[in-house]
Amino acid sequence: MIQVEKKMTFERITLSLRRILSSIACHGILATVAFTCLFPLVWMFSSALKTQRSVLTDMSLIPSHPQFVNFTKAWTEGNFGSYFLNSVIYTVGVVFGVLFIASLAAYAFARLQFPGKNLLYYMFLATIMIPVPGAVVAIYVLIMKLGLIDTRLGYILPQINGSFAVGLFILKPFFERIPIELEDAARIDGCGRMGIWWNVLIPLARPALAVVALFTAITVWNEFILAQLILQDQALMPLTKGLLTFWGGRLAQDHLMMAGATITVVPIIIAYVFLQKHIIAGATAGAVKG
Amino acid sequence: MKVFWRGIFSSLTRFRASIVSNYLFVLPALIMFLTFNVYPFYKVFQMSFRDWNGIDPGGGTFIWLNNFKEALFYDSTWWESVRNAGTITLLALTLQNFLALVLAWIVDRGVRGAQFYRSVFFLPPILSGVVVGLVWNWIFRGEAGILNRCLTQIGLGGWTHAWFSDIRTALPALAVVHMWKGFGWAFIILLAGFQGIPRELYEAARVDGANEFSVFWRITVPLMVPVFTLVGVLTILGSMQLYDLVVVTTLGGPSGHTEVPMFTILRELTDNPRFGYASCLGVVFGFILVFVSIVQLQVAKRTKAE
Repeated sequence: MIQVEKKMTFERITLSLRRILSSIACHGILATVAFTCLFPLVWMFSSALKTQRSVLTDMSLIPSHPQFVNFTKAWTEGNFGSYFLNSVIYTVGVVFGVLFIASLAAYAFARLQFPGKNLLYYMFLATIMIPVPGAVVAIYVLIMKLGLIDTRLGYILPQINGSFAVGLFILKPFFERIPIELEDAARIDGCGRMGIWWNVLIPLARPALAVVALFTAITVWNEFILAQLILQDQALMPLTKGLLTFWGGRLAQDHLMMAGATITVVPIIIAYVFLQKHIIAGATAGAVKG
Repeated sequence: MKVFWRGIFSSLTRFRASIVSNYLFVLPALIMFLTFNVYPFYKVFQMSFRDWNGIDPGGGTFIWLNNFKEALFYDSTWWESVRNAGTITLLALTLQNFLALVLAWIVDRGVRGAQFYRSVFFLPPILSGVVVGLVWNWIFRGEAGILNRCLTQIGLGGWTHAWFSDIRTALPALAVVHMWKGFGWAFIILLAGFQGIPRELYEAARVDGANEFSVFWRITVPLMVPVFTLVGVLTILGSMQLYDLVVVTTLGGPSGHTEVPMFTILRELTDNPRFGYASCLGVVFGFILVFVSIVQLQVAKRTKAE
């Protein structure tokens, strides 16, 4: 009896030992990868605080004399202030365009009847799934023919198109889950379809709209190919293209470039810290349901 | 009788009017779709049969299949760029997704700080590719690059490289940056997939005496096949169409060793400029992507059936 009990405790000890070891291994892997994720960013930020001379020689993560003036310099002399403003304009423009178009369409697909409804829905969805890498060439030609090269509109419109299908895909099921009784009540109060869309569905769909808005905003903020093609005028460039221009233009100002890079990612990181639940929801919603 | 017909007529018109106004709700979406999807889709095919410099008002000359002949049989640079992207894609499919799978599995088992790790892993995917490229440019740079300095410091000075400008290391280095930026995507989707598996299934299997490994192999993997497929397809599409990282790191160099298809296509468009040929490369590349995706889906279907 005692023998058995001893054996039991021994087994229990090895079991818990194994558990501890495996937990150490797990945390080791996770922490290493997490470190690799964060290190380049920390280093970017720390380089942005060094001087032109120390940026290449000083290996410390926390510079002894942090040059916060680099950010002001990048903002004004490096033009990043103007790039930042442009990025904000493009992001706001595309997000509102997407929300408007996608929520109208999502309402129609969720609630209204019209011939060709399913076909149309699947055609919209196909734009998410089917890659047309050459289309960027044709879009460039189209923007050129419309006379929209080097205009804000010419950069915003194709991006609205690029993102509204994902928005539709996230919003439609959400609209379908809203109880129809709410709409009936509004109808009795004399609301038309437009009124129902605006007064009932839009307010109720706020969480889903937030997901769409955030997901779209991140896509637009980071967009690069279209900016590369459509915007040559420096006054219209968003941060991504501005950063590239800066990189190509003044090789000897690495610390300011890192400041510019920091300016580019900080809004995204702030949004991510506070709203990551919605951002991750947006990222996985499309993916997992598809 | 007259009243009856009038009633039918008015309800019909009302019906039709309501259908027309129903269309109004999809109209903005439809206009966008026709302008920026359907028209470019048609246009890119049409242009791929032409020789056009993008300036001549007539849209250039119709040259039958000459663009395709050149792209398929004579353009070795193009095929090298496809092969480069293919190499990066294979690395991403294996290394990156294996890492993502391991991480997602660990996080799903519920370690302490799972929330933190999840947030950190999904950080690189939401950052601008331009920024990521610039920062890694610094890490991999030959002189004063942080990787080389670390290597020197730990006594591996002989291993230092100008990572992005050495023919042997440029492509792997680019792949590393791409995977660094991409694994979080695979991770987050796989994790969502893992979390969608009902916990009761695991408990039932454990009660039946199955060990960790067989639970994973017999229960998790079969249920995850659709998610694996999705991650696979997304990885292929994302890696093959790599662009911004290349522009800020290697610019296709050294001597074409990191040239990728999107880079080649856009260069034909901006530098040369050969719009017809760029469209043709786009069409060829589109077919390659669709083909690879279909193969991937078929493989997944077959594994599921077994």
